[in-house]
Amino acid sequence: MRFEQIQQKAASAWSEFTDPGRPRILVGTGTCGRAAGAGEVLQAIRSHAPQAGLEARVYEVGCLGLCYAEPLVELSGPGLPRVLYGGLAPEDVPGLLRDYYEHGDLRPDLALAVMEGDSLEGIPTFKDHPMMAGQVRIVLRNCGLIDPGNIDHYIARGGYAGLARALAMAPQQVIEEVKRSGLRGRGGAGFPTGRKWEFCRNSPGDRKYLICNADEGDPGAFMDRAVLESDPHSVIEGMAIAAYAIGAGEGYVYVRAEYPLAVQRLQEAVRKANEYGLTGDDALGSGFRFHVRLKQGAGAFVCGEETALLASLEGKRGMPRPRPPFPAQKGLYGRPTNINNVETLANVPVILSRGSGWFAAHGTEASRGTKTFALAGKIVRTGLIEVPLGISLQKIVFGIGGGIPEEKRIKAVQTGGPSGGCIPAELLRMPVDYERLTEAGSIMGSGGMVVMDEDTCMVDIARYFVEFTQSESCGKCAPCRLGTKHMFGILTRISSGEGRPQDIELLEEIAEAVKLGSLCGLGQTAPNPVLTTIRYFREEYETHIHDKKCLSGVCKQLVTFQVNEQKCKMCNVCKENCPANTIEGERKKTPYKIVQSGCTKCGICFDACPFGAIEVV
Amino acid sequence: MAQITLTIDAVGATVPEGTSVLEAALSAGIYIPTLCYDKDLEPYGACRICIVEIEGMDGLPTSCTTRAADGMVVRTDTERVNRVRRTICEMLIADHPADCLTCPANQSCELQQVASHLGIMQQRLEPLEREHVLDESNPFFKLDLSTCILCARCVRACNELRGVGAIELVGRGYECHVGTFLDGPMVESVCESCGECVDRCPTGALSAKAERLPPTREVKTTCVYCGCGCGLVLGVRGNRIVRVRGEAAHPVNRGSLCVKGRFGLDFVGSADRLTAPLIRRDGELQEAGWEEALELVAGRLSEIKAEHGPDALAGLSSAKCTNEENYLFQKFVRAALGTNNVDHCARLCHASTVVGLARAFGSGAMTNSLGEIEHADCILVTGSNTTEAHPIIALRIIAAVERHGARLIVADPRRIDLVRFADLHLRQRSGTDVALFNAMMNVILGEGLADEKFIASRTEGFEQFRRALEECTPEWAEPITGVPAGEIRAAARTYAGAERASIIYSMGITQHTTGTDNVLSLANLAMLTGNVGRPSTGVNPLRGQNNVQGACDLGALPDVYPGYQKVDDAGVRRSFEQAWGVPLPAEPGLTVVEMTNAAAEGLLKGLYVMGENPMLSDPNVNHVREALEKLDFLCVQDIFLTETARLADVVLPGVSFAEKDGTFTNTERRVQRVRAAVDSPGEARQDWAIICEVASRLGYPMHYDHPSQIMDEMASVTPIYGGMSFERVDEVGPQWPCPDAEHPGTVYLHEGEFKRGRGKFHPVRFREAAELPDEEYPFLLTTGRCLYHFHTGTLSRRSAGLEELSPPAPFEIHPEDAAAEGISEGQIVQITSRRGTVRARAVLTERSRPGMIFMPFHFREAAANLLTNDALDPVAKIPEYKVCAVRLKKAHESSPGC
Repeated sequence: MRFEQIQQKAASAWSEFTDPGRPRILVGTGTCGRAAGAGEVLQAIRSHAPQAGLEARVYEVGCLGLCYAEPLVELSGPGLPRVLYGGLAPEDVPGLLRDYYEHGDLRPDLALAVMEGDSLEGIPTFKDHPMMAGQVRIVLRNCGLIDPGNIDHYIARGGYAGLARALAMAPQQVIEEVKRSGLRGRGGAGFPTGRKWEFCRNSPGDRKYLICNADEGDPGAFMDRAVLESDPHSVIEGMAIAAYAIGAGEGYVYVRAEYPLAVQRLQEAVRKANEYGLTGDDALGSGFRFHVRLKQGAGAFVCGEETALLASLEGKRGMPRPRPPFPAQKGLYGRPTNINNVETLANVPVILSRGSGWFAAHGTEASRGTKTFALAGKIVRTGLIEVPLGISLQKIVFGIGGGIPEEKRIKAVQTGGPSGGCIPAELLRMPVDYERLTEAGSIMGSGGMVVMDEDTCMVDIARYFVEFTQSESCGKCAPCRLGTKHMFGILTRISSGEGRPQDIELLEEIAEAVKLGSLCGLGQTAPNPVLTTIRYFREEYETHIHDKKCLSGVCKQLVTFQVNEQKCKMCNVCKENCPANTIEGERKKTPYKIVQSGCTKCGICFDACPFGAIEVV
Repeated sequence: MAQITLTIDAVGATVPEGTSVLEAALSAGIYIPTLCYDKDLEPYGACRICIVEIEGMDGLPTSCTTRAADGMVVRTDTERVNRVRRTICEMLIADHPADCLTCPANQSCELQQVASHLGIMQQRLEPLEREHVLDESNPFFKLDLSTCILCARCVRACNELRGVGAIELVGRGYECHVGTFLDGPMVESVCESCGECVDRCPTGALSAKAERLPPTREVKTTCVYCGCGCGLVLGVRGNRIVRVRGEAAHPVNRGSLCVKGRFGLDFVGSADRLTAPLIRRDGELQEAGWEEALELVAGRLSEIKAEHGPDALAGLSSAKCTNEENYLFQKFVRAALGTNNVDHCARLCHASTVVGLARAFGSGAMTNSLGEIEHADCILVTGSNTTEAHPIIALRIIAAVERHGARLIVADPRRIDLVRFADLHLRQRSGTDVALFNAMMNVILGEGLADEKFIASRTEGFEQFRRALEECTPEWAEPITGVPAGEIRAAARTYAGAERASIIYSMGITQHTTGTDNVLSLANLAMLTGNVGRPSTGVNPLRGQNNVQGACDLGALPDVYPGYQKVDDAGVRRSFEQAWGVPLPAEPGLTVVEMTNAAAEGLLKGLYVMGENPMLSDPNVNHVREALEKLDFLCVQDIFLTETARLADVVLPGVSFAEKDGTFTNTERRVQRVRAAVDSPGEARQDWAIICEVASRLGYPMHYDHPSQIMDEMASVTPIYGGMSFERVDEVGPQWPCPDAEHPGTVYLHEGEFKRGRGKFHPVRFREAAELPDEEYPFLLTTGRCLYHFHTGTLSRRSAGLEELSPPAPFEIHPEDAAAEGISEGQIVQITSRRGTVRARAVLTERSRPGMIFMPFHFREAAANLLTNDALDPVAKIPEYKVCAVRLKKAHESSPGC
């Protein structure tokens, strides 16, 4: 089939999908939605719609990114606007369907946004929704809007046009186009993608490999999962373009086994792309041969590192090896190999179809395009966002994210996952790009963004991340394996009140050895959480070490719980709940008292007291 | 290779391109501390101690993994470099027990050395608490994880150098450790106990169990086990060998050893050693004085010679003894006894090679060298279970495949360990090799893959040979061999398509009644594709015994004098008569099996056996026993009271390889020194001295002061050894032919011209083995070696550790056959052939083809050679050890036996 015919077929499938003449219900059933109960909501819709005499077409779509409001359901029908509803429970379904379809009641109490057309009944349009305002969606262009299992939907929205254009160009021209776009690796390091491709293309070898790194491992990061689940073809198309550019005939997606839905969607997408002749022995009749295989990772964080990933793909223990030789020279099975992450590849089709100029118009001089972030932590609207590079943290946190809940003060933003650093509130106006984040001691990383409020203890945060890198260190090189262990030990003793005066200097010295001495990116960045917290929050460390206090009340061993006699109503709740039986007092007689010698600092009394009479000092 | 110049700490260093910065620094005399570097292993970059600063590079690159570049400016000793190194080293020490004084590696520990170099004085870091894990399951070494620094040299050596992969890093983060599959005990893993890991360990984490006190001196010598000819360094304390290591610079083993060479030398100090001559009195062997024993031997031999003529006497020389001893022994038999009845166990292993390759090429030895194997593009291994029988040669094959991308074809009925590395495994039915190779050659000819230029310019007899192949299509061969025609074609294309293809074979080819034909087929295959006379090609028989090559070279064969000079050539004979000063017999003598038959028939009356054990090693052992018992006089010269010595009239105690000076010639024709390291026990005497005594008492005076004088004499009558002397072979032994003192030796044979002029094609037609399974004896029995033992076990079975790793008397059977016969794992089964019965322990494995069982022949408890067929190859007189028919029956007894 010629590409025009494929597009025609896709267009008719799309018009059926978007046919305004029939009721249509979209349910976001990505992993995030399912975790929030989308499965039950979907079931409720499937059973209630026919009961209500509704001949609705029900589709499962991917993730729109408004995680805080999952499960998400979009309703539309003849004469009715497309309205997005959030936070639905199965029991909401019958009423909502009745109100919407029978009475034309848009239920503004449950609605989040109007997806198409103007704002109605106080419901904002989708692009004006506070979480969407300021976002630019290139990578997430289809997420939540198409049926990810339907290749026609992808094609109808411009999919595979980039590949078609690329195949009409010389491979070197494709590389030039990507170079002009300014796209940089979204896996974290930010190496210019076009140059990486060129490096691999120019490596001698008749057999080359293209690998998609879908081993997203940072705690709290789920950008790649969302793309793979919601728009798998954007990655397959990106891979095909990259493979054509570098001269690879075989591609692998190295995907976490913990992402079963992504695996399933990818398998389906690979099959469909082959069936459509978009990949396979003769892609779009161009003579270009490209086959994609899936390899599921076994759960090692370090396998996100390129050389460890290659070792794992080869069936060896996933351990990094020194570079050079770079994978572009000697990669999979010793052959030139190019590795890009999911988000990088998902950008590529758009660069080819809309042109490098269009793409480069977003972002800053050195950091073109957009970046997705998994926004999490102490923030009102958690979710998956995509913003033009160069946007300030302030806009992300307070604009898109809606600020800090409970009117607490923001303390820091952690970017880059366990390899990243904590950026203090003072630097919130800083633009988010590769260089500025590095200057601040953090990294762009793959896109984790954790917001921390005043109740967060920075020593504890550093300890948390170092514990993670310690347990995920492959163990090969001494500084990473042992340095993280020692840093964890020192942070543990600081947070338990046994810190020593020279501990900060010792931490800095170990951190230097780990940063400079480690073999791979995991170790080289592992000290970042420690170093940035020391850099910006040194006084917190000093308070822990010298005053034996944790002002955030997180380090339990440095906390004393006391009863504020003025506030105590002598209700006995604290005593009833104390598991250590160490609270004394008699109902309605005298204020209660915590006997400190028995207190395990579990904090149950603090949470249990209805009057806020238990205080942390 | 291009040279580059770089600056290291302001010192200029010029090194070949591709050298690492670390190696460049070392070559410039600059020390960079390191813990994970090992010159024989791929750069690993894990300890991070060897970091340096390089101008223009970010951070602190590791010098072991960074290639030196022209103009590079390196600083190895800056404040920052040393600060980071010290912190890393401190971290390692905080994770290490402070028990240096009781550690087996004390003073040789590299962590100690590096810490000392970096000046680590105080411990700022809290010691980490590591669970103490000690694996002492292996009989030879222990793994103590508390002292492990995770340099992974052991893991890499096990993988990269040995291809075994018994150990790997296991677990993540601080839990990461060296472990076996599922963290089971070492002894239950696939570990082959070679000790390479122990040798490479920089700390006390892997240490030999036996080594309590270090040696006080070291003696370089050559291993006595197999034909590899590995360089050994014997560590001696007092009069005891306390440690064995491989000679790092040795051309064969490059520091590596197998389990037998490293850990299996207990026999030297064994309490079972013979310490005095024994004379049979009243049916019992009793200790006697040397004078009495020697007089008795000389007297009885003289009597038999006088009464029945010299050809009623015979001698079996020894492939375990030195070249000098073999030379002297055959001279003794020919000049003193006056007969050509001298042979040795080469008859039983490579007689067909000697005959076959001599006919095709003009020389019966390995055409190429062991070091060349690594650079072949294609290796065809057939009838050689190389990893077990020649473990160090197997390392070269594995390196060729794993490091250099060679294609490996294994043609073997058994799924031997090498198959793990093979592109193709042709699993032919035993005894059908000719059909298989003929079919491969049919494909090569049919598809135009032959090297026509080579055939035209270097060979003869091609036309007749070609015609004989016409019928031999893969489809013809498939039903005969059991190998699918497609696989035969693939093998032919792979072999013929290679630029440098090497054939490696051993007794799976030779020990057949068609042994000579098998060898000729392989010679044909090599010539057809032009794979002779160039590096990394050739036809390479792997010789079994440590000095079987030398024993043949020095004439311990009934038809040739030293240097393969024919006894029936009058000119040659005259020159030996002149050299030795006596008239010599003109007729070729008896071969090993012919001697047995002659003894059984009463024609042979007296036999002198030096260091051989035909009671276990020869086929149809019942027949051997009858024959030996029928002799008038049997003299055995050995270091142990072997099964054969027990039948002797006189037993003379010789000395072991560790107690003597001399030379061995390994399988690649390399003549190497053997050096005395310890004193011999009791009254045992040097073997050469015993021969001299007996010969002199027979009226043929022999006198030498030292084996080097024997070497000088033998070089003067053996042209291929003409340039050899103790002085010459002292450091690195040259390979024969080495006709004079200036000659550099010969790395590979037949360059430009074959030894016989043109290489000769021989048309070879397929014949079946002498005895095939039938209704009465439905299973095919084949025999061979196992890794842990050697030959009749006289040496290896005196190591308690080897015995533990390889308990006696197993036989291998395919699980399907076992199920059909109702045999379960470990069960004792009675195995019967037309010649005998043994009871052996069943091992169920798919290594064996269905319908076939395999037995190692090391175990007297169930001597495989009670069963084997003594049918001979008509030309080479080699018996058919590899094929006979047996039947199985579950035994009532619970132990193996005969």
